[in-house]
Formats: sequence, C-alpha cells, structure tokens
Amino acid sequence: MADSKDDMTDQEKQLMEWLADMNEDDAVALARKMLLEEGANPMRVLEICRNAMDVVGKRFERGEYFLPELVLAGEMLETVGAIAKPLIKQAPGEEPKKLAKVLIGTVHGDLHDIGKNIVTFMLDINGFEVKDIGIDVPVKTFLAEIQQFDPDVVGLSGFLTLAFDSMKETIEAIEGAGLREKIKIMIGGGQVDEAVRSYTRADAFGTNAIDAVTLCKNWMGAAA
Amino acid sequence: MSEPIVQTPAAKAAYDARWQRVMDCVNLKQPDRMPTAMFCTFWLAKLGGVSHRQLMYDYDTAKQLGERALIELEPDVHNPLLLNVAAGPVLEALDYKQLIWPGHGVGDNQPYQYLDREYMKPEEYDEFIDDPTGFYLRKYLPRVFGAFEGFEEFPDLPGLHYFRLVGGMRAFGSPKMRAALKRVLEAAEEVDRFAAQHRAFTERMAALGFPTSHISTSVSPYDLVADYFRGATGTMKDLFRKKDKLLELLDKACGFLTRQTINWSKAAQHPIVFFPVHWAPDRFMSQQQFETFWWPSFRQLMINLIDAGIIPMPLWEADCSKRLETIRDIPPGKCIYWFERTDMVRAFEVLGDVVALRGNVSPSLMTTGRPEEVDAAVRHLADNVFHKGGKLILDCAFGLPDETPVENARAMYAAARKYAS
Repeated sequence: MADSKDDMTDQEKQLMEWLADMNEDDAVALARKMLLEEGANPMRVLEICRNAMDVVGKRFERGEYFLPELVLAGEMLETVGAIAKPLIKQAPGEEPKKLAKVLIGTVHGDLHDIGKNIVTFMLDINGFEVKDIGIDVPVKTFLAEIQQFDPDVVGLSGFLTLAFDSMKETIEAIEGAGLREKIKIMIGGGQVDEAVRSYTRADAFGTNAIDAVTLCKNWMGAAA
Repeated sequence: MSEPIVQTPAAKAAYDARWQRVMDCVNLKQPDRMPTAMFCTFWLAKLGGVSHRQLMYDYDTAKQLGERALIELEPDVHNPLLLNVAAGPVLEALDYKQLIWPGHGVGDNQPYQYLDREYMKPEEYDEFIDDPTGFYLRKYLPRVFGAFEGFEEFPDLPGLHYFRLVGGMRAFGSPKMRAALKRVLEAAEEVDRFAAQHRAFTERMAALGFPTSHISTSVSPYDLVADYFRGATGTMKDLFRKKDKLLELLDKACGFLTRQTINWSKAAQHPIVFFPVHWAPDRFMSQQQFETFWWPSFRQLMINLIDAGIIPMPLWEADCSKRLETIRDIPPGKCIYWFERTDMVRAFEVLGDVVALRGNVSPSLMTTGRPEEVDAAVRHLADNVFHKGGKLILDCAFGLPDETPVENARAMYAAARKYAS
C-alpha cells in the first residue's frame, strides 16, 4: 500500500498534500471524486488519509502545527472516512499491528476533554490502539475497563485541581485491585506537574500530547 | 457579622495603604512592600468546613467565610468573593444552561464547571455580526437560560416604524413570551438580591480595610467567541473554514466589549477589570494564528480601555512564554499581567518595565506541598522578581485552589509578608 510517496499516483500525492496542508475543501472534493466517480479503492484512500495524518502528527511534534490543525485534521479524516467506509465491499485486510493498548479517560469530578481528545488522536496516529472512556469516569469504571480491555498503559486526564485527588484515588484503586503490576500509568492535563505525579504515584506525567506519545513509545520499547 | 460598619481611621489607613501598594505596582513605582492578592472561590468551603453547595446557596455563610478569610490571611486585595461563589439562587432562577453546579449536575462538594458547547452555529456568523442585540435576544438568551425560552418570538425591531412599530408589539402578548417575561422578572429580582448582597459584603470589607482587586470581569474578543458562542473546537475549525467571518466578528466584538466594559467599570466604580484569558497559551495556537486571530482585537480592546482610564488585568492562563514579546506592545504603566504557568522570572525580564505582574505560586504546590515548600516558593518569587525591581503582586497561579490545606494558604500569605521588604 501507500508506504511512501514514491508508491503513489500524482492524484494520490495531491490528496495527501491537501490533507496535510489543511486544504479541506480541495481534499474532501478530491477524495469524493476519487471514491464516488472514479471508483478508487476505498482502502487505498483511507491509507492515504492515514499517511497524511502521520505528516500532521509530525508537524505538530515539530511545533509547526497546533490544536486547530489537529482538530481540523480529525474532521477531514472523519468526513473522508464517512464517504469511503460504506464502499468497502471486501473484508478489510489485516490491520497494521498496533504498538500497544492505551486506555484513557478524564477522572471523576472533571468534565474537561479537549486535551484528552488530542492525546487520543496523537496516540492513534502513532500506532497505538486507544480506548477513550470519556469524562468524569468513576474509579470503578476504570477498574472494569482495565480488566476488560487489558491495556498496557492507562492515561488519566484532568484539568481541575480536584483531579489530583481523583487521580490518586483511581491509582490507589488500581493498585488495590492488583492491576498495577502489568500496566504503566501516565497523568496529564492543566495543572499536572512532578509534584502531582509524586502525590498520585503515577509512573509519569505529561504536559502535552507529544509527551504522551513519547512516554508510551518509550515504555513499549518503540523508537520515540 | 455581616452588618454594615463604619470605617475606623485605622481601617481607612490600612485600606489606603493596601490600595496604594497595588497602584504603585501598576504605575511601575516601588511600593512600600510587595503586595499580595487573593482570588478564592470554593476554598472558602474548605476553610469553613461547609459544602460547596452551601457556599453557593447561603449568602450569609459565604459572607461570613469571606470575611474570615480576609481577616485571617490579610491580602492587600481580593476578588469580589460573593459574585464568584454565592450564585446558586440566581443560576437556578435563570435556569442557566452553560454551567453545572453543586446540586445541578455535580456533587455537593464539587466546584461549578462550564460546559463547552456550540451555542452559536457556524452559519450564524452573519446574523450575529449584523445584529448582535437581536441575536442575543432571539437566539442566545433562550439557548443559555431556561428563563428566556420564548424569547425566540421577540420582535425583529430594526425597521419597525409608525403603525408597524405599534403592531410589532403584539409579539409581547404571545403565551410563550408572556411566560418568559414572567420568569425573567422573577429571576431579575433574584439577581438584584445577589447584587445587593455582593455590594453589602464589599462595602463591609472596605470598611474593615480590605479593597477589592477588581469588580468587573470582561473577556477578549477571541475568548468570547471560543468559550461562549462557537465552542473551543468549533472556533478552531472556524480558523480555517470561517476565517474572514471570524475576523469580522472579532473586530465587531472589540467595539461592543469596549463600550460594555467601560460602562460596567464606571457602574462598579472600580478602575481594574479582570480578563481570564483562556486561548492565548503557547500550545493552543501558532504564533502566526495568535498574531492574526487572538492578539490584535484584544490589544485594541485594552488600548480603548486604557484610554478610558481603565486598568486591564488579564490572567494569562497556562504557559504564555512565547507570547511575552508580542504582548509587551502596550503603553507602559497601565496594566497588570497575571501569569499562571509562565515563568515569572522570564516574564519580569521581558515585561518588567511595561506592566505590573501578578502570581504565581503553583497550584500543585499549594494543594500537595508542605508549608515550608510554599514559603520557599514565595521567597523565590520575592528574591528573583520583586527585590530585583519587578512590580509583583504576589498570588497563586490562578487563585487559591479549592483543595489548598488551610496551613498552606496561611504559609503563603505569611511568607509574602516575611519576604515583602
């Protein structure tokens, strides 16, 4: 598939470029034309989208892109996906192997989700299987989801200062349930720093989505 | 405890000295000692051992705890405490939809939280720009207040004249409109009681010698749109999809925010206006986006206010280190810049000759640290900013976190006095 630009047609290169450059109107129009008028393989178009998202992620990591670009990129991906997915007739091929599983949610008492959503997006495009269990997540939901999803990493998000205690309680409960040994726990959001990491006894903290990706990659032994 | 009192000469002297300290900082003069500020909301519940809900609904409890906090911590200036906590009855009377609060969506011991939603649709830019008041009346108010449901039928006024104007008044007789007007009148009475309680508290605290840091709050044009109309992610998408309309609205908002902020400041008889700044931080948008969308309309708003004799006090939330050189571009000696996570020493280096500074003891330290660590953090700021010439008003990074142990709050204000001169 479209592993590098050399494998792509000029039209595919154009689609990838427009997606990566935030040229939404042209990118969506071209994807629509390829899929609905020219009979392009929907799996191939989605692969190009994923490659474009890799470029977006790298530009974000380099400080060239910021939250608005990630939000728009997510929207473009969703729009093209909505056109492409109904056209997939054959069983999808084997999905690329994921680096690891990450369970993420905003701790109880806190309803903020923008940072968590960005971390989810960045982990996803960096090859992680991410399960986002939402906001204001009770401790017992985290425990049930850990048992069911069997993640390698758990990410606890929180913007308010009340989240410090919620994170601490959640981590203590994970330890109490005997689930701590096999997972790494990272925390992030608004006010989180080393003092909060120490207070909550998380394995690590991050102040942005790149930190989250780097932590997960390092823990999984993948190149950061 | 909350009855009006007559200001004693000693209390007047204390009031004047406290206010002068802050104004010296604003005017870039050296004050007699480093001033302190307090901004607290639900920390009062921690102080008094009451629930957040009680604080929101019981004016007397809020006033008593506010007074206790001021007498115990002795900050030079404080936020309008009642306005920031005891809003339960008014929110309920208005059936306010943009917040959830204790008893209304969150537990009795949790703070209120804002609901980031799309309160204006992307296709409504023109309607808002063309007729902001009409948009508020017919669209925005019914969306954010249950009490205003029915105002969708408010007549479209511009153009009505003569007998068409007379006929246009028929809209006020519709059953929905009548019901809405009745609810709004009842809610307004509660808002009036709330304002009277606030005024009584503020006057009593002034009589005891404690001035407020500000009364009025305003907002940057970008944050107005992002927080309260289009929602955070909606506005981020608009940076690409509705760029021209967004810029047009920001320009328009600068105009009506100028007018309104001046009027509110005059009514409050207080020169300092507080601006919580949400969407300026380094990590939220690129410098180019910041300089295109965020900064120009806010700078213009600040200049307009400064020209009207107002002292803008933006709280630059999160880390705004990369913005410092840009936000330096304002007249010197006219503003207070309050920083949350921006390194205060760096802020002093870049802005020390332009603005007074406020902040910024870390919230994680305040909530999880020990009193001696809090003391050391205050000393660091005093030694490296105030005693090097920075006009620093010492405070927490964004106010006293709700969970701060009382001994840490005491430690912060005691240390501020210890290292103040």
